[in-house]
Amino acid sequence: MDKLVEMKNIYKSYEGVVALKGIDFKIGFNEVVGILGDNGAGKSTLIKIISGVHCFDAGEMYIKGVRINPKKYSVKAAHSMGIETVYQEKALADKQTLWRNIFLGRQITNKLGFLNIKKEKEETDKIMHDVMGFRGVGVDVDSVIKTLSGGEKQGVAISRAMYFEADLVILDEPTMALSLQEVKKVLKFIQAVKDKGKSCVYISHNIANVYPVSDRFVAIDRGKVVGSYNHKDLSLEELGEELIKYTKLSTQINQAERIL
Amino acid sequence: MDDLETKYKVKRFSRYKSQIGLVIMTASIFVLFMITSPEVFLRGRIYQSFLSTVPFIGFMALGLTFVLAMGEIDLSFPSVMALSGFIFTITFQTTNSVILALICSILSGVIVGFINGTLVTSIGIPSIVVTLGMQFLIRGFSNIISNGLARTVAVDKTISYKIFVGKLGPIPAQSIWFIGITIFFYFLLFRHKFGEHVLFIGDNQETARMMGVKVKRVKIIVFILMGVMASLAGILSCYRMRTWWPTMGEGYMMMTMAAAFVGGTSMAGGEASIFGTFLASFLIGSLEAGIVAAGLSGFWTRFICGLLIIISVTVHILVKRKK
Repeated sequence: MDKLVEMKNIYKSYEGVVALKGIDFKIGFNEVVGILGDNGAGKSTLIKIISGVHCFDAGEMYIKGVRINPKKYSVKAAHSMGIETVYQEKALADKQTLWRNIFLGRQITNKLGFLNIKKEKEETDKIMHDVMGFRGVGVDVDSVIKTLSGGEKQGVAISRAMYFEADLVILDEPTMALSLQEVKKVLKFIQAVKDKGKSCVYISHNIANVYPVSDRFVAIDRGKVVGSYNHKDLSLEELGEELIKYTKLSTQINQAERIL
Repeated sequence: MDDLETKYKVKRFSRYKSQIGLVIMTASIFVLFMITSPEVFLRGRIYQSFLSTVPFIGFMALGLTFVLAMGEIDLSFPSVMALSGFIFTITFQTTNSVILALICSILSGVIVGFINGTLVTSIGIPSIVVTLGMQFLIRGFSNIISNGLARTVAVDKTISYKIFVGKLGPIPAQSIWFIGITIFFYFLLFRHKFGEHVLFIGDNQETARMMGVKVKRVKIIVFILMGVMASLAGILSCYRMRTWWPTMGEGYMMMTMAAAFVGGTSMAGGEASIFGTFLASFLIGSLEAGIVAAGLSGFWTRFICGLLIIISVTVHILVKRKK
């Protein structure tokens, strides 16, 4: 078991559209991997398969060496295997309080399913101070999510993942729609995940934001892995040029397909 | 530190602002009734009468509060009330068994709720369309099987009559059931895992799904819950009137919805108030009596009811926006 997640020849289609066409993808232990690619390249589908939201049609997936049965794999199963996902915009429910959002899907309850609200609030308070680093100004456990800023929301979602001791934190566009200051905070979180010996996968359009914290980059285009680069092998500029090559290629192929 | 604590206290207070507004509105309307017709509203009898009639609106309004909290709607409940009432009546008439009649009747509510929930979640038909269709379908079905004729049910000789609609001193039993179910629903919605899932689905279905909530299952259960509450209203109506009639439930549609909306539950989902529904059921349920007792014609009831809905929903929204 040398890889945390290993995907071999994964296929997935929705209503006749093939989103993934034989993806091979690996995530090592204590590794930060960036998934790059255009809209519709299949990035979101890939992470939704790892996090148990969608099941794959064909291929093999192993998590910590265990072969995954796509029929039985679910968000709950992913959680229990230490995989946490933070979705951009969809990570938290706006009208609910912070403490409810932290424990959604993993509530602390008694045998009858009634919530232990006191304990959930205490734990949330701890998370806010120890993990998120909120210093009590304006935000408390009873705060409604829509009153938080974009960066605070991402902070809450990532802290939730860290609190549940995830071995792998998956981030969908972690820096989109954030101010520069907030982006820095999010990068700090990613660094903290790595410092704790955990792994992280993220999708991003803005490679400049996430380049400093990444170990490896994987480029995806039209449902296939088209390139894999190590952080130490190329600079940000070189990575950018590589990606432009693929984007251009992809545009040309699209145009060719349209003509045909 | 003191500053922070005061801030939180203020925050906590503002969270209940719209509820406090509702209490003040209800109280002032009752005070108004007391002023306009003291001979009626300063005596206990009218309140006893409310306690016996309001629970029927209340049961269904509580069920509807769950449906609305989930961001859906159910329009089929008045017909379910009639169907369940008929099934209760006919089963009791043929078998003379209260338990069997109760089981069959509640089962009919469960089945309708299951069909509603499945059509909404599996086929993806909007709940307003599914339940509107079911409203007609079930009303038609109960008319067909009953031949459109009213039936009497001689349940008043059974012990269950005392349990469901008897009197505990001056208090009608159904109002005690209503209070009990309100408390249970409050805990179910705000203190139980299930209720939390309902609120999250209403707020953001995708978030709920991504966090592992079984959206389809929860939705179907909530539609079933609504069906069962409508069944209960149908059964208790049969008990109270000792009769089943084919138009049973028809007047309840708007009143039930009004109770949920005036109570502070929004159609957008994700937010609900069980206490608000409870209080608003009494407010809506007592309007007609108050208006008639004040000497106005019954035509005013709808006018004032409509006014109340618009005013209270406006207030709820403005209070939330301010927060």
